[in-house]
Amino acid sequence: MKRWLRPLLLVLLLVLAIIAPLGQGNYIVYTLTSWLIFSIAAMGLNLTLGYAGQISLAQASFMAIGAYTTALLTLAGWHWVLAMPLGLILCFAVGLLLGYPALRVKGHFLAFVTLAFNTLVFLILRNEEWLTGGSYGLVGMPRPDFGLFSTMKQLPFYYFTLGITVIASLVMWGIVRSPWGRAFKALRENPVRAESLGVDTRRITLLAFAIGSVYGGLAGALITPLVQFIEPGSFGVGHSLRILLMVVVGGAGYFFGPFLGAGVVIMLPEMLRFTAGYYLIIYSALVIVMLVFVPSGLIGIGGRLREKFRPRREVRADMREGARLQ
Amino acid sequence: MSQLLQVLLSGLATGSIYALVAIGFTLVWQAAQTVNFAQGEFVMLPAFFVLVAMGYFGLPFLPALLVGLVLSVLVLGVLFKKLIAEPILPHGGITLIIATMALGIFLKESVKEFYSAEAQPFPSIFPNDPIDIFGAVVSLQDLFNLAISLGVVVVLTLFLNRTRTGRCMQATAQNPAVAEILGVDVKRMILYTFLINAALAALASFLITPVYLAKFSNGETLGLIAFIAAIVGGFNQIRGALVGGLLIGVLDNLTATYVTAQYRAALPLVLLIVIIMLRPQGLMGTSEGRSV
Amino acid sequence: MSAPVLSVRNIEKSFGGIQAVRGVSFDVHKGEILGLIGPNGSGKSTLFNCILGQLAPDAGEVHVTGRNVSKMRASDLNKLGVGRTFQQLSVFPKMTVLDNIILAGQEHHGTMLSRLFGPSDAGLTQQAEQLISFFRLTHLRDALAGSLSYGQQKLVDAAMALMAGPSLVLLDEPAGGVNLTMLANLKERLVTYNAEHGTTFVVIEHNMEFVMSLCTRIIVLAEGHIIAEGKPEEIRANQTVIDAYLGG
Repeated sequence: MKRWLRPLLLVLLLVLAIIAPLGQGNYIVYTLTSWLIFSIAAMGLNLTLGYAGQISLAQASFMAIGAYTTALLTLAGWHWVLAMPLGLILCFAVGLLLGYPALRVKGHFLAFVTLAFNTLVFLILRNEEWLTGGSYGLVGMPRPDFGLFSTMKQLPFYYFTLGITVIASLVMWGIVRSPWGRAFKALRENPVRAESLGVDTRRITLLAFAIGSVYGGLAGALITPLVQFIEPGSFGVGHSLRILLMVVVGGAGYFFGPFLGAGVVIMLPEMLRFTAGYYLIIYSALVIVMLVFVPSGLIGIGGRLREKFRPRREVRADMREGARLQ
Repeated sequence: MSQLLQVLLSGLATGSIYALVAIGFTLVWQAAQTVNFAQGEFVMLPAFFVLVAMGYFGLPFLPALLVGLVLSVLVLGVLFKKLIAEPILPHGGITLIIATMALGIFLKESVKEFYSAEAQPFPSIFPNDPIDIFGAVVSLQDLFNLAISLGVVVVLTLFLNRTRTGRCMQATAQNPAVAEILGVDVKRMILYTFLINAALAALASFLITPVYLAKFSNGETLGLIAFIAAIVGGFNQIRGALVGGLLIGVLDNLTATYVTAQYRAALPLVLLIVIIMLRPQGLMGTSEGRSV
Repeated sequence: MSAPVLSVRNIEKSFGGIQAVRGVSFDVHKGEILGLIGPNGSGKSTLFNCILGQLAPDAGEVHVTGRNVSKMRASDLNKLGVGRTFQQLSVFPKMTVLDNIILAGQEHHGTMLSRLFGPSDAGLTQQAEQLISFFRLTHLRDALAGSLSYGQQKLVDAAMALMAGPSLVLLDEPAGGVNLTMLANLKERLVTYNAEHGTTFVVIEHNMEFVMSLCTRIIVLAEGHIIAEGKPEEIRANQTVIDAYLGG
């Protein structure tokens, strides 16, 4: 891709994001905001899974931690700007904890552990009514007010979220472009070789989970003022699967994959809404079809088309796993 | 004391059904590297095949069961393998996880939309009369379930160890490449694995649905429990899934009765995490090699 | 003579009744290219893994430049100045050759935090390109490592092992599966590197021709202990060695 093309596309995207909600009804602006928020969650999971190769079915539980922390604090009178960082810190700590199983097991086992973790978090949220309101949830969280700029209305809140998303993306870009990004990719492709080159794979694995979780927490911290009503059911395993789907559909390991994936996963049900009760059936069937034909995700489609017209050197098929010890 | 016995026996009965589901799950994972996240829905669905056979085609119960079994083997065995597992397997584990999870949603929502969202009664193969064992009141159904499940496990173990086909399946699970060189029809062995899993799921469905009633959401809990039973028990032997299933069944009942009802679901989860962390090969597994 | 770069003392290792290594000791001095050979089952792979910390020996110690490395993690051993290559699948397939080699050096450059906030290549592009050009892979600089031929990947593997400027490099069957031309190329590059930088090499290998022409000294293992030691010409003529290989 030409040097100047990429920045131009980025500016274009940003401009689109700024003008998209103008003149639209509240519901559309709400959906667009939702898209941004889930892009953040998917971005975090993309780091953990796409770049570092660690599977996690627990991203929704970090959204929950971020959401509930923010909710409880803002309901107690704290400003969102002070409540949110606390949620992030908590997510970082818990994320580190979740990284420990990843040091012991990989692949499907890790998927189960993270799935179990997500379910446990759900159970705690549902059972500890005194703290979380139980199944009734928490309601009435205020939208942040910045003096001259109040996010009470849908449109200002969208721009507020857009600002946060841009900052979060820049931070992620910094991480991924740095030597850390290279180390994450090494962990994904060949952890034994990475270790033998001085990469502290233990630390990197824990960091992959911790950072990914922080992004989940940030998304949760934004969901709270968006929906202004949260309950445990919004953060179950099914939602972790949705976020995983966003990463995979968009293209795992590609920077813009999460945005594309979140867009598709959020927009598709909206477009299928006219089918009433059948939309989940059609939706899940489409997912399966997509996975059969384009498993590397939608961003991969561009690459695949290019391959057809201009075949390049291909990664050998036997390079699937990393170095093994004798 | 008699209450404890009651809880234990009923836990064993439910656990033995979990074991069937766990065994099928283990088989397919071992022999075909397919982790089926829709396993719970595989147990939910066959009951509905039977209900449709009875309701819309007017079949009596037992023939309907047969129809249900055959349909399950076809749809959840052959079709599942050909349409989903086979095409997606080369693309890696994560894709398969998502695909089978999506399949689970597809099956669940299809039943909800095309049949009913309400729980449906399901006839039991065995009478539900209570009988008295040392003061504990246990239902005959529970005892029969336990007997049938254990019986099936014995037959399956004999099949895998004593018959030629069974040993070929074991070879396929341990090392497909070598098995192929030795002349084993690996593709067929893998197909058999899927068929056996479908049959086990169907049997589990017929045994457990009378208790839970047929509902589209049954798969959620059953699936997770099956995974946990398989992993806790250990992957290297069928015995592992059996032990895992029984253990979970009993522990679940004990927890609910004596400790806490709210967090009863937490115990298997915590057990899963602990086992995976401390002893990933499971309680019964050995650290090297895989076997069926 | 200065302290040995690698010092192996009385290593013993058995696996459930079978003694793979029975009391092996040797030193390797700076600048040497030592070859470790022996027939199948001689214990050389086990010994190699004990040296690298992949296996814990039942007895004995390994010292690198005076430090006891017997229980060290691979990444710490690498930071100490020990590099290694792998028998197979040793590159990062979906990263470019350049990225592969930069990675090999970046962990030795600054702290984790400084790497996060510093330049994307940790300032190592020029050095990586020099190494790439040394191994005559410049035309593949931006190719994905997984798309290279087996022999080319072996060269990248060697380059990665050398990027951090190690004092000791352990090569695990470098000649396996490589064609003759590439083999000659690899050998010539290793000899040149050794001459230019004084890096110590220890090679474990089956390919006799490769070892004889590459190494300055050879140690022969059979049935878990050393049966001969010396220059390649001496080993070639050594009757005990010939007997061991012919299955006495």
